[in-house]
This record gives sequence, C-alpha cells and structure tokens, in this order.
Amino acid sequence: MTKARRRERKRKSQTKARKRKASVTLRGSQCRSLRQRDTRYVNSMAQVTATAIPQNNPTPAPRNSIVRRGLDVLTIPALSILTAFIVSGFVIAFTSPEVLKLLPQFWQHPLKLLTTMHETVTTAYAALLQGAFGDWGAIWQGLESWLATGNATDLLRALRDPFESLVGATPYIFTGLAVAVGFKGGLFNIGVEGQLFAGAVASAWVGFSIEGLPWFIHLPLALGAGIAAGAVWAGIAGLLKATRGVNEVINTIMLNYIMFLFTDWLLSDGGPLRGNAGAPRTPEIYPSAYLPRLLPDPVRFHWGFFLAIGAVFFVYWLLWKTTVGFEIRTVGASPTAAKYAGIAVGKVFVMAMGLSGGLAGLAGANELLGLNHYMVAAFSPGYGFDAIALALLGKSNPFGVLAAALLFGALRNGATRMQSIATVPIDIISVMQALIIAFIAAPEIVRWLFRLRTPAQQEHEVFARGWGA
Amino acid sequence: MFGMVATAAARKASDVAQQRRWLVGGMLVVIGLLCLWFFAMQVPADVISKYRFSGGGDPVQLPVIELPTRLTNFILALALIAFGAFHITRGVAHSGALFGVSASLLLAIFLTWSIRGASLNLTGLLESTLIRSIPFLLGALSGIMCERSGIINIAIEGMMLTAAFVSVIVGALTGNLWIALVAGLLSGALIAGAHAVLSIRFKVDQIISGTVINIFAAGLTNFLNLRWLTVNQELNNSGTFAKLPIPFLSDIPVLGTILFNQIILVYIALGLMFAVNFLLFSTRWGLRTRAVGEHPKAADTLGVNVFKIRYANVIFAGMLAALGGAFLTLGSVGRFDKLMTNGRGFIALAAMIFGNWNPFGSFGASLLFGFMDSLQLKLQILTSVIPSEFLLMAPYLATIIVLAGVVGRVRPPAAEGIPYEKQ
Repeated sequence: MTKARRRERKRKSQTKARKRKASVTLRGSQCRSLRQRDTRYVNSMAQVTATAIPQNNPTPAPRNSIVRRGLDVLTIPALSILTAFIVSGFVIAFTSPEVLKLLPQFWQHPLKLLTTMHETVTTAYAALLQGAFGDWGAIWQGLESWLATGNATDLLRALRDPFESLVGATPYIFTGLAVAVGFKGGLFNIGVEGQLFAGAVASAWVGFSIEGLPWFIHLPLALGAGIAAGAVWAGIAGLLKATRGVNEVINTIMLNYIMFLFTDWLLSDGGPLRGNAGAPRTPEIYPSAYLPRLLPDPVRFHWGFFLAIGAVFFVYWLLWKTTVGFEIRTVGASPTAAKYAGIAVGKVFVMAMGLSGGLAGLAGANELLGLNHYMVAAFSPGYGFDAIALALLGKSNPFGVLAAALLFGALRNGATRMQSIATVPIDIISVMQALIIAFIAAPEIVRWLFRLRTPAQQEHEVFARGWGA
Repeated sequence: MFGMVATAAARKASDVAQQRRWLVGGMLVVIGLLCLWFFAMQVPADVISKYRFSGGGDPVQLPVIELPTRLTNFILALALIAFGAFHITRGVAHSGALFGVSASLLLAIFLTWSIRGASLNLTGLLESTLIRSIPFLLGALSGIMCERSGIINIAIEGMMLTAAFVSVIVGALTGNLWIALVAGLLSGALIAGAHAVLSIRFKVDQIISGTVINIFAAGLTNFLNLRWLTVNQELNNSGTFAKLPIPFLSDIPVLGTILFNQIILVYIALGLMFAVNFLLFSTRWGLRTRAVGEHPKAADTLGVNVFKIRYANVIFAGMLAALGGAFLTLGSVGRFDKLMTNGRGFIALAAMIFGNWNPFGSFGASLLFGFMDSLQLKLQILTSVIPSEFLLMAPYLATIIVLAGVVGRVRPPAAEGIPYEKQ
C-alpha cells in the first residue's frame, strides 16, 4: 500500500466523519425545533425593528418620566389583582348558603338579596384584610400596655398576624424566584413543588440524624442539603433536556409525582425516615439546625425571611451582574442566538434548572427548619404551584417576585382568618390566583375590561413551545 | 456527493440503532439474570403459587392453577433473557411490542413471586385493571384529540376534577344519573372552552393556560366542597351506575366477567376509543385535525379553518376528560372527595405520550398503568418487598424513560404549543 493511497484513505475517512457530525447536529427533532426557534427569533427581530421605526404609528407622548413608566408596568398586574378580587367576590356571594336561600325570592325582595350579598362579601374581605395586615388598633393598645406595664403578651398577640403574613411570604419568595429563574433561562419549571419536597426531606434528614454540632455548622449544613437535593431533582430534568432534548415541563410534572410518592414511602410505616410518633412524620430535628426565631412565642417570625431577601438580591446579582446570568438570559431570549454566540446551551439549561431547583429546595428547607422542625407529608399548601403565578405577576424580576410574594403571603394568611371568621373556605385564594395568572398571561382581557389602550410594543415573557424539544 | 452524505447518515443512524439495541437488550438480559437469581433461585423448591380464576361466590368454579414458584419463574426469567438476546441480535422493530412483552414477562415473574405460598384471583385482578384503566384511557383520548390539533393539554386533571364534582352535585339534586352525566360533560366542555379561548384567542402559552385550569379547578372544587358538601352530606351522594351484563357474552367464564359485566360507562369508553381512532384516521375531520396539528399554515392555505378545528377539538377533548372524571364518581364511589382525581390526569398524559398519541397505544399504556394500580392494592394485603409507593411511581418513571428515548422514540405533533396567527 503506497503512502499516497493511505493519505487518500485518511482524507476520505476524515470527510466522512465530518459529514457524519453534520448529520448528527441536524437530526430530525432538533432540526424542527431549530427551525421553529429561528422563525420565532426572526419574528421577534421583525417586531423590534417595527417598533424601532415608528411608521405613522399613533405613538403616545414620549414616556420619559420614571413615574409614568412605573405606572405603565404596574397597571396590568394591579388591574388583574383587582379583577380577580371582584370575580372571587361574586363567587363568594353566589355560593353563600344565605344568598342561595334568598335567590328564589329575588322578585319579592330584590334589595334584601343584594344587601345579603354585599354583607357576605364585605365580611369576608374585611376578615381577609385584617388577617393579612393585622388589627392596628389592637397593636396600638398592646404597645401602650407594654410601655405602661411591661407586659408584652397583648402586643405580641396583636403582632402575630402581620408577622405571620411575612412568614407565609417567605416560601413564596423562594419558589417564586425558582420559577422566575427558569423563565429567564427559557425553561418552565413546573416541578417546584417536588423540588421543595426534596429540599425539605434532605434538610430534615440532616437536621435529625446529626447530633452535637454547633449551630453555625449544623444550620448551614441542613440548608445546603436542602439546596442540593432540590438542585439535583431539578437538574435531572435539565440534564435530560440538554442531552436528549426532552421538554422539561413533562419531566418536571412526572418528577413531582415521583417525589410525592417517594416522600410518602420515606414517612410510611417502616419507612427509613419515619419517627417514633404514631403519625407519618420524621423525628424532630435538633435545635442546632433551627432557623432561630426573632420574637417570643405566638409570633413565629424567623430568620428565613431575611434569607429570602438575601436570595432576592443574590438572584438579581447573578442574573444581571455575572457572566453566568448573562448566559442564562441569552439562552432564555433565544437559544439559537446563544448557540451562535458560543454559549454552551445545554450546560446553561442544566445550570438554570439546578439554580431553580436549589431555590425551590431552599424553600422546603426554610419551612422545615424555621417552622415545623419535622417533616410531614402535607406540609406545603402548594407553594410550588402558586409560584407560577408569582413569577408571572413579578414579570420574572426578583424584586417583582418579592412584591408578589409579600402580597400572596398576606393573602394566604388573611384567608386563614377569613375561613375562621366568615366561614369562607381558604381555597378561594386558589381561584383568585388562577384568575390572576389568566389575566396577567392574557392582558387583552384586562385591557378590554377597563378600556385601556393597547401599547405599541408587546412583551412576551414566556415563549410558547411544544413537547418536542 | 449527496449520495455519500445520505449513506453516511444512514450508517450513522444504523449505528445509533445498533447501540440502542445493545443497551436495551443488554438491560433486559441483566434484569432477566437478576430475576433468575432473586425471584427463582432464592425461593425454596416446594413453594407453590396458586392462581384462581373465580371468586368465592361465583356460580361456576374454575379449577385453580397451582404453579411451583421456582420453576415457573425460572422459565419466565429465561424467556426474558432470550427475548433480550433476540432483541440484540435481530432487533424487535415495534417498540410497543418490545415494551409490552418485556413488561408482561417482568410483571408475571413479580406476581408469581409475590403470591408464593398464597393464592390470587386473577380474574378479579384483571377486572379491576380494566376498571382502573378507564379514567386513564379517557384522559389520554382527551389529550390525543387536543394535541393532535396542536393544543397542549396539561389540564386533563382539572377537567376531570370539575366534572367529577359537578356530576355528583347534579346527580344528588336531580336523582338522575344521566342528567348528572350530561351536566358533568357540559362542565368539562365549559372549562375546556376556557382553555381554548385562552390559548387560541389570546395566544397564552398553552402550558400556563393549562396550569390556570388546573389551579382553578382544584381551588373551586375544594372551595365548593367545603362550602356546600361538608355541610350538606346528602348533596354528596349521587348514586352509581349499576352493572350492565351483556346477555350471553357475560356468561363466558373469565372473559365475560372481565369484559362484559361492567357498568355502561366502560362500554362507552371502549367504544369511544374506536370512535376516536376512526375519527382521527379515517374521516375528513381527522385529516384536517392532524394537518392543523402538524402544519397549520399549510392547512390554512388549503382552506381549512384552523381556529374552528382547534376550538372544536379542545371542547370535545374536554368532554372526553369529563367522562373520565364522571366515571370516578358516578362509575364507582358516588361521592366527591377533595382532590379525588389524585394525579390521574397526569397519568393519562403519560399514557398518551406512551401510546405515541394513538388511541390504541394509549389504551395499552392505560391498561399497564391500571394493572400497576390494582396490583399495588392487592400487594398491600400480600407481603411484598416492593412498597406500594414504588409501584405507583411506575407510570411516571416509565414516561421519563420513554421520553428520554431509551426505549423507542415518541413524536408529538409538530405544531404543538405554538399559537397560530393568521396572516
């Protein structure tokens, strides 16, 4: 065999390998998704150019003032919340047994029916507001008696409600950030609830199985375990998306249920984490892993809230001040463009998903280490699912999410009060949240209801995608 | 030149297929060996597994089949190993067959081992399998109708829950099960209509829209359950459909009990499976639906009204899911419990993906998931090394594995999830 022929063969095999590579990169499903994304990218570019060149567009006066712009941003969320409240008010009124009893006699006593409806709704919402923001008269009286006598019992009892709203907001801040980080990276993490469970289980395990550590080691260790568990659980979906191109939505849904069942098994009779108590729960964690409380008893306010505020700033810093954050946002805006810019899109998917899951796991750890101190199967009233509403409401901005979480925490806490005083079941706030998501996602409904002008530039927070990739 | 590229691509594809065959076949062989060791070798030689085919009160008592546990599992495990080896050398082309055969063999091994030294009524198990698979089947059919037209449906759970609630209340108020069923279907259509309007008219991300429906349905049914049903318990009692044995056919020993002695909703559901298959693949409507789901622009160019097709399909899908929800109440317990669908809508979604967006394939998956479901109930009585939670996990885990492309490939409709904008 001559040298020339050998070289020739080598060259041939190299071209073959190269072509093989080319054929791999454009496999069927990927090819399709790339094309889809391309058209979307082109469309969005067209939109940008269209808005950049105002062609006899009836554009309103230039919006320079920050106040004006702030109002514009807030209009839709505020009106969505308002509309959701109004609709839920009707639901409360028309499902009330008293109102239903009066309904057949509407023509005889129309006024009576209307006043009953009005009363039902105002009682409910008054209880909601009082539960959410506290009874300020009682707080004032408590303060006076504390200053006069030194007895703080009344004050603390009055302070419980407003602080409880913050306690309720804390997991919402974490889970809302989790979904928001996913959105920023173009990922829809619907599995926050499962990751929250993973985090809580892991931190419970660290919390009760290690004894004798000082708190400054035990507490970070337990928190870290929660973060790691959540990150790993979400990372599975990220990894499958990066390597096999599987849509993360369906995988996170499935991972949710796997985690719920797994937790059930861990806590079941004879399960590995089952405590000695008769109920399905873990043993109590050691106090060295507690997130300390700031005020004496009935107030349950703990350091987790400040951890959450820290997380808000951390996510802001990470997304807008670091290379990693830039990469996440670029991939979220356009994976194709990111790929052309030399960003390892798959790696970013895994990272964004891991970050999202870590925040979700922290939410679980926070609830466990700050409030319950042991794990039960039903410890979350759906923080992970509500988080989707939060991220949409906060436009995936960490500070927006913070504001939305404070609102939802107050709502949930207020609704507990509403349930006990006005006997309106707490689940009405799920209805409200669903309506809020719908209105935020379809702002045309709100604009039509309130006769608002359609803005020239429309924003799309989340890109619609199929299962394919 | 192009020919070379094509051959290279083909060779590459065959390389990948070969690799995957090795992976899956190898896995089957390894699992078979493990079964051989644990489920056969570890069992004492004289232990016997008894399969019964008739219940205690049945008029015709069929003979009990007594199988030596060790020998049976030995043979079954060898069959599994042989099947894996066959897949490596020759390849099983149909991924459904591949999955079906290996899953049945594994389940047979596991079942025989679980009932060692005891007996099991196989007819009863299969009957409850069918009953438990019906909600999955209806939910999957709902998903198929919706997604074949290009609208993602993760709201099956919410639609089922709503219909379950509405049908119970209406059933209790009117005392007529048929009116209750129609009311349930209408509620499903209504809530699917909301999904359709949000995702077609307002172009909301279909996953968000589905999430809205799920949160809304869970919230509203919980709310009304607490506000009305817990206070008036008599409102929470609709009654259930009675069994409707088909004359002559229901007298066939095993098959008759399983297939022909069910409530009418089971027959309707099975009929709907054939109907949906016919509708999708043999009618003009079906052709248009699939065209809209694959390439709406092309369909539009040819004069198909994309929006009309999508609205109609989503609303029909809502009614299918609603039938599944009503089946849970009117078909079995006759009362509503908080969040009683309990993830069945998502298992239905899994069955749809598993069946590759085909009615018959989804029915196969539903049967498999239904079998798992009824098996875990049975195994709670028998002693088992595998906790029931892990059996319940199987549908979710299997979906992840299938989607990752380890066993075959599934292909969703191409235009799914993308709102259509008419130019």
